[in-house]
Amino acid sequence: MADTEDAGASVSEPLDLVRLSLDEIVFVKLRGDRELKGRLHAYDSHCNLVLGDVEETIYVVEEDDNEQETTRTIKKQEEMLFVRGDSVVLISPQA
Amino acid sequence: MLFFSFFKTLTNQTVTIELKNDIRIRGILKSVDQYLNIKLDDIEVLDLDKYPHLSSIKNMFIRGSVVRYVMLPRSEVDVGLLEDATRRGE
Repeated sequence: MADTEDAGASVSEPLDLVRLSLDEIVFVKLRGDRELKGRLHAYDSHCNLVLGDVEETIYVVEEDDNEQETTRTIKKQEEMLFVRGDSVVLISPQA
Repeated sequence: MLFFSFFKTLTNQTVTIELKNDIRIRGILKSVDQYLNIKLDDIEVLDLDKYPHLSSIKNMFIRGSVVRYVMLPRSEVDVGLLEDATRRGE
């Protein structure tokens, strides 16, 4: 390989971006209209995650009597959460 | 292997597992395998009024693929160790 490895700060593959977010706050979008915001403590190549001080937001679409759709949000707090990777849609660093 | 090893360190701790069908089960983590299948003992189903069919079950095997979340006791998680192991790519 001619390419030289930068001293850990390079983004050469997608998960390198996630590595830079270790011990930082990340935003995670999940299947089933769910989002998480929390501190990233661990991940692997399946996008299994461990997050600390997590806020979960669930979006629930409800239809009222007039067939009008309204979106309700449910918020939950967890202190330490393992998230299985097959539910993960995206992981984004939060500034 | 990182999460397999991680869950092994949590055996005999009480955890709450949320399944992809929204059922939440609290129990003692007795064992885990490489697929992150989980065996739970002394289980208790949260929202039992919604899911009464599990009321008589005391222990269970959960297929790893149906797990959405595992809520963990913060005091039993060494976040520094986890972050180092993640950086090493274990």
